[in-house]
Amino acid sequence: MVVTCEQLWHELSNYLDGEVSPDLRAAMDEHLRECQKCSAVLEGTRNVIGLYGEDSMFEPPHGFSQRLHRRLEENMPRQRGTAIGWMVAVAAALLIVGSFELGDSSAFVGPQQRSQQAQPGIGVPPGMMVVVAEDGKLFHAGAGCPLLHDKAHLRTMTASEARREGYTPCVQCMKKYLTENAALDADDDDGGELASSTGSTSY
Amino acid sequence: MPEEAISLENRAERLNEETLIRRIRDGEPELFYELIRPYERRVYSTAFAILRNEADAEDVAQEAVLKAFKHIRQFRGEARFSTWLIQITVNEARMRRRKEHIEIMQPIADQQDDEGNYVPRDFADWREIPSEALERSEVRQKLAEALASLGQKYREVFVLRDMQHLSIEETAKALGVSTASVKTRLLRARLMLRDLLAPGIGGGWSSKLSFAKGTKPW
Repeated sequence: MVVTCEQLWHELSNYLDGEVSPDLRAAMDEHLRECQKCSAVLEGTRNVIGLYGEDSMFEPPHGFSQRLHRRLEENMPRQRGTAIGWMVAVAAALLIVGSFELGDSSAFVGPQQRSQQAQPGIGVPPGMMVVVAEDGKLFHAGAGCPLLHDKAHLRTMTASEARREGYTPCVQCMKKYLTENAALDADDDDGGELASSTGSTSY
Repeated sequence: MPEEAISLENRAERLNEETLIRRIRDGEPELFYELIRPYERRVYSTAFAILRNEADAEDVAQEAVLKAFKHIRQFRGEARFSTWLIQITVNEARMRRRKEHIEIMQPIADQQDDEGNYVPRDFADWREIPSEALERSEVRQKLAEALASLGQKYREVFVLRDMQHLSIEETAKALGVSTASVKTRLLRARLMLRDLLAPGIGGGWSSKLSFAKGTKPW
């Protein structure tokens, strides 16, 4: 088999990718041995592939990775930072709401919290059925919550009963429960997809 | 590197990825940082190669990674995770381009048919890869300019195949075109880039590249 320069250029890319038949490859090799022009084109093309194939071709700008991780963090469903932020928000909201509820005697003689840091949550429907562990401090949306450790001694009760006994809402599952319910009203973007798909079925 | 070693390494990498992905789905989303780390640069450079603009590239790279995170359950494991991620990046970049009408006027090369032979314009001898050349920012700049001057369809194929090292089949799938189109466009892209760069690298770039003066050979 004999190939012309034009035929060789036409198959050059396939030749470099190992996508030509052994016969054609042999004919091209033969041609390349004789033809300086084609040989220069081949080597140049090989160089192009080599140069652009380097990882350092387009360096991301300084701080790219940090900004990317920060963006991801904002979308992480179970970040400790987020959980603390939520508790702070609940506590702050309680201070405000509490000031309006001075007339409500239960706000004055509320139960002693089982956790000193915690505050009774707001936004939890009082009649909602929740789960508590006998020795725990939190009430949960369901027995599937990973923060519920002592699964042998569980009790089910309404949220208001749980609060009366000094339990506080679990930052993980109760937050998710409330967020998802709130999201039903709002036009949710993709933001909730992962949150709602990580184990929410067990609740 | 022997092929066997590469494939073993790939297999180990893939197993590790499968484990990570399973654990992320099973409720350890923070492992996504680990999954994505080796690919951050690739996502950025793919976005940059398509959009030709740092700010847009960073924005699109973030969007693509975020989308991969949110839709990790839809990753079926039929393709490599990296291919899936690059595919998302290409789609995001294309959407951004359409949205911002970045290319209202298509480069001439894009209007051309894939058919017909491309004839090399220059036969400058360029036999040595200047491996240290990429250290020089002006060389990188020239490479970026040459790539940016290609029409979109050639640039996309070249970026996925020769920069992101996707196979021809993977490139075809990611771009939604046939493997025959990938091969034709790839040949053209490679030859055009060689034409643009060979005289410069061979001759030391004493003058500006000819395409910069508006004399495109195709």
